[in-house]
Amino acid sequence: MSKPRKVIVVGGGLGGLWAALSVAEAGHQVQIFSLFEVKRSHSVCAQGGINACFDSKGERDSIWQHIVDTLKGGAYLANQPPVKSMCEDAPGLIQTFERMGVTFSRTAEGLLDLRLFGGVKHRRTLFAGASTGQQLLYGVDQEVRRQESLGRLRKFEWWEFLSLGLNQQGVCQGIIAMNLRTMEIKAFPSDAVILASGGMGQVYGHRSTNSTNSTGAAACRVYQQGAWFANTEFFQFHPTAMLGDDKTRLMSEAARGEGGRIWVPRDAQDRRRANQIPEQDRFYFLEEWYPSYGNTVPRDLASRAIWEVVHKLGLGVAGEAKVYLDLTHLNPGFIEQRLHAILDIYRKFHGTDPVHEPMEIYPSAHYAMGGLWVDFERDDTTGGIKHGSPRNHATNIPGLYACGECDYGYHGANRLGANSLLSASYSGRVAGESVANYLQGLQQGHPDSQDPIYSSEIKHQQGVNRQLINNQGEENPYQLHRELGELMSSQVGVVRDNQTLSNAIESLRTLQQRSRNIDLQERNSWSNQGLAYARQLQEMIRLGEVIAASALHRDECRGAHYKPEFELKLPENASAGDPAYETYRNHWKAQNQNWLKTTIAKQTDWGPQIDYQAVDLSVLAPEEPRDYR
Amino acid sequence: MTEKIQFRIRRQDTPYSPAYWQTFQLPFREGLNVVSALMMIRQNPLTTDGMKVDPVAWEFNCMEEVCGACTMLINHRPMPACSTLVDTLQQPITLEPLSKFPVIRDLMVDRSRLFADLKRVRAWIEIDGAWDIHQGAPRISPEHWQDNYLYSRCMSCGSCLEACPQYAQTLPFVGAAALAAVRLMNNHPTGKYHRKQRLHAIMGEGGLSDCGNAQNCVQVCPKEIPLTTAIGELGRETTVQMLKDLFGSAD
Ligand SMILES: Cc1cc2nc3c(=O)[nH]c(=O)nc-3n(C[C@H](O)[C@H](O)[C@H](O)COP(=O)(O)OP(=O)(O)OC[C@H]3O[C@@H](n4cnc5c(N)ncnc54)[C@H](O)[C@@H]3O)c2cc1C
Ligand code: SF4
Ligand code: FES
Repeated sequence: MSKPRKVIVVGGGLGGLWAALSVAEAGHQVQIFSLFEVKRSHSVCAQGGINACFDSKGERDSIWQHIVDTLKGGAYLANQPPVKSMCEDAPGLIQTFERMGVTFSRTAEGLLDLRLFGGVKHRRTLFAGASTGQQLLYGVDQEVRRQESLGRLRKFEWWEFLSLGLNQQGVCQGIIAMNLRTMEIKAFPSDAVILASGGMGQVYGHRSTNSTNSTGAAACRVYQQGAWFANTEFFQFHPTAMLGDDKTRLMSEAARGEGGRIWVPRDAQDRRRANQIPEQDRFYFLEEWYPSYGNTVPRDLASRAIWEVVHKLGLGVAGEAKVYLDLTHLNPGFIEQRLHAILDIYRKFHGTDPVHEPMEIYPSAHYAMGGLWVDFERDDTTGGIKHGSPRNHATNIPGLYACGECDYGYHGANRLGANSLLSASYSGRVAGESVANYLQGLQQGHPDSQDPIYSSEIKHQQGVNRQLINNQGEENPYQLHRELGELMSSQVGVVRDNQTLSNAIESLRTLQQRSRNIDLQERNSWSNQGLAYARQLQEMIRLGEVIAASALHRDECRGAHYKPEFELKLPENASAGDPAYETYRNHWKAQNQNWLKTTIAKQTDWGPQIDYQAVDLSVLAPEEPRDYR
Repeated sequence: MTEKIQFRIRRQDTPYSPAYWQTFQLPFREGLNVVSALMMIRQNPLTTDGMKVDPVAWEFNCMEEVCGACTMLINHRPMPACSTLVDTLQQPITLEPLSKFPVIRDLMVDRSRLFADLKRVRAWIEIDGAWDIHQGAPRISPEHWQDNYLYSRCMSCGSCLEACPQYAQTLPFVGAAALAAVRLMNNHPTGKYHRKQRLHAIMGEGGLSDCGNAQNCVQVCPKEIPLTTAIGELGRETTVQMLKDLFGSAD
């Protein structure tokens, strides 16, 4: 082994903790930075499950089918070798979690149980009661604590990453971070940095299922230092979120997987209570529109169907933007056991009982398929990634790696349910391995903390703080965040058009201006949450512009990105071989010629510059359009 | 329901400064929980005396009662603020930081001891490495799973410690959460290989015998974790272990 080096991991969710573990196990010193105790990271929110092919339900499931489902589900936009390797490694990853003590739910024989999730036809989703993400995170958290007790790893909790320390050659050699209690800004030199800062749902404000700390700010900070964003226009809206004005809470896809049905009253004027509406007066629109998948169609189709029912057909429940998600026909004991967490959340936050009354739901910003651009190296003999290559999960800034939800790696234009706990964990492990090999090739270590590459950056960051603290403007950061959320969900949301997107970019620029004119209303310089919030807000607005600009440039419908103007309609009642269908297939292929490419956003002085990059399609050629009828 | 709701909030600017109280009034809304009320206050921190003050600092993250961040004393009882609906509470609603941990600011406290104690009791499974060894762990029956799952939902919120008369910054007792973690790890099919080390870790000072059996922990745990059952089980196991240690049994 080479000389032990120092590695910084920013983020202690599944991605960050896995990365930290694999770097520590390779014998290097690891420092984990997190906004709060890592055990409280957003990963705990995931309820539903994690995908891996175990084929233990007599359905002849296969790893190949997992690969195909992931690639097709993502509308072929994901680079294929990483997806292939992820699906191949998934069962082994689950077994490692099992060894760590994760309490996966069991079959009568004591084996790992599997459930059905949206977008697939086989049971392939492992789960731990209804708190899968929590259980997975705790599993790795325990191992990290063990490494910590062995002195291989140190945590810096309550520290916020602000920027990278880049040397003259643009190589990343550590970070600048702010202590969230003392507000001190300090440099932490290192030989490599892995960013695992999670999702960016807060760009959609309270209209997101994400935790309040999933702001995307950290990713946006490295973007401003030259890292590229990729595919940010692809944002998944979870079809079944419970409404609320502090946050919309996710009702897991498992609710549909276990038999939940989505409907609205056929008559828009129907004001009877849900239970009093007889079967024939209910419109089970997913079952009618997609007979073979019914309620388990993928998320984007479900979200748009709900959007259409509400906005085009005017059939929202009680004239409002909401539809029913109904579990009342299912065995109460069964759902109590399988969906306990969902029932619990709904009862707690809504006050009614979904066992007796249908839940009211609406689509909400849930998962960013896009994120920081990361590289991979293909292994031509296997078709997967070259394991251990230092290119895997490297950003375009040398020495900076990214994994977890903040990268763009595995989901293309749309993510399959239960595939992101997998990608977060898997990418963390891969990034860790690849960093260990990057370090082996390093000639020189990082400079000491007094070096000008750090001190100049510290000065700059202190200036940002000073400016915000001293500013006596008239804007309120919390109010601005609400406005950002409304703007993004109404104009850069489920359904998009170019005029609205252009307007949104203008409005975002105005918001950016206004965010410089903030009054923090806070004199206490100790644990000043307003200061950290205001800084994150400015990043979120900038990120909003990256998302909107990427969306504006892409003139097609693909996965979660939907512009009706450019929609290719599936011919009704036609299937493969029919002339109508084949014409459609040809149009679809022509569209791929133009648009099957990765969006790259680069920071410039006048805003994001949008470029494109080819997608690696070496595993599965895009011959079959998605067809969920 | 009244149209207005009142909050009395215990404030403290820094760990070293004195505490003081402020009162805030808000319009009531259906479904309002304590975190969303605090969000309204931070947006416009105006006391009932019309004084413009610094926003209240507190912790929150998941908003779904699963991260454990937002726990505070609500009407003198430790509760997760995100899942506590305002209309279930008596007015005026009192908010205070947990009293068993050092205050950072306002409603924020430093719970790092909780995590240090997980280290102390060795709450992990010893694995060779996080790499793939091409097999999983031994099977677990559904009943066994169900028992374990109850404990694995502990979100380190600290409510059980807050309610415990034996738990204090000046006392060594690790408290119910860490003990429940030992119960969980000792019942994993390979975790039980290191049962003895964990039992030893809770047999000395600050361990199981410091429990005064007040049974408050189990009443306040928001995750309804059967803490006293775990403590009972561990009591028997440590006794057996003690005898084994004395008579030098093979185990
Ligand atoms: C409600 C909900 C349910 C979900 N359910 C499922 C599911 O059933 N199945 C599935 O596969 N996926 C699910 N997902 C998605 C999945 O949970 C996430 O994609 C995944 O957990 C992300 O993990 P992560 O490690 O990338 O980030 P996170 O867990 O979000 O961790 C981010 C970390 O970064 C740190 N951080 C962020 N910014 C900074 C900074 N500036 N400085 C220092 N530290 C920082 C934070 O402190 C935190 O530790 C769900 C998501 C939501 C919102
Ligand atoms: S046992 Fe319950 S009360 Fe105690 S820390 Fe865990 S979740 Fe909180
Ligand atoms: S915010 Fe996570 S438990 Fe309340």
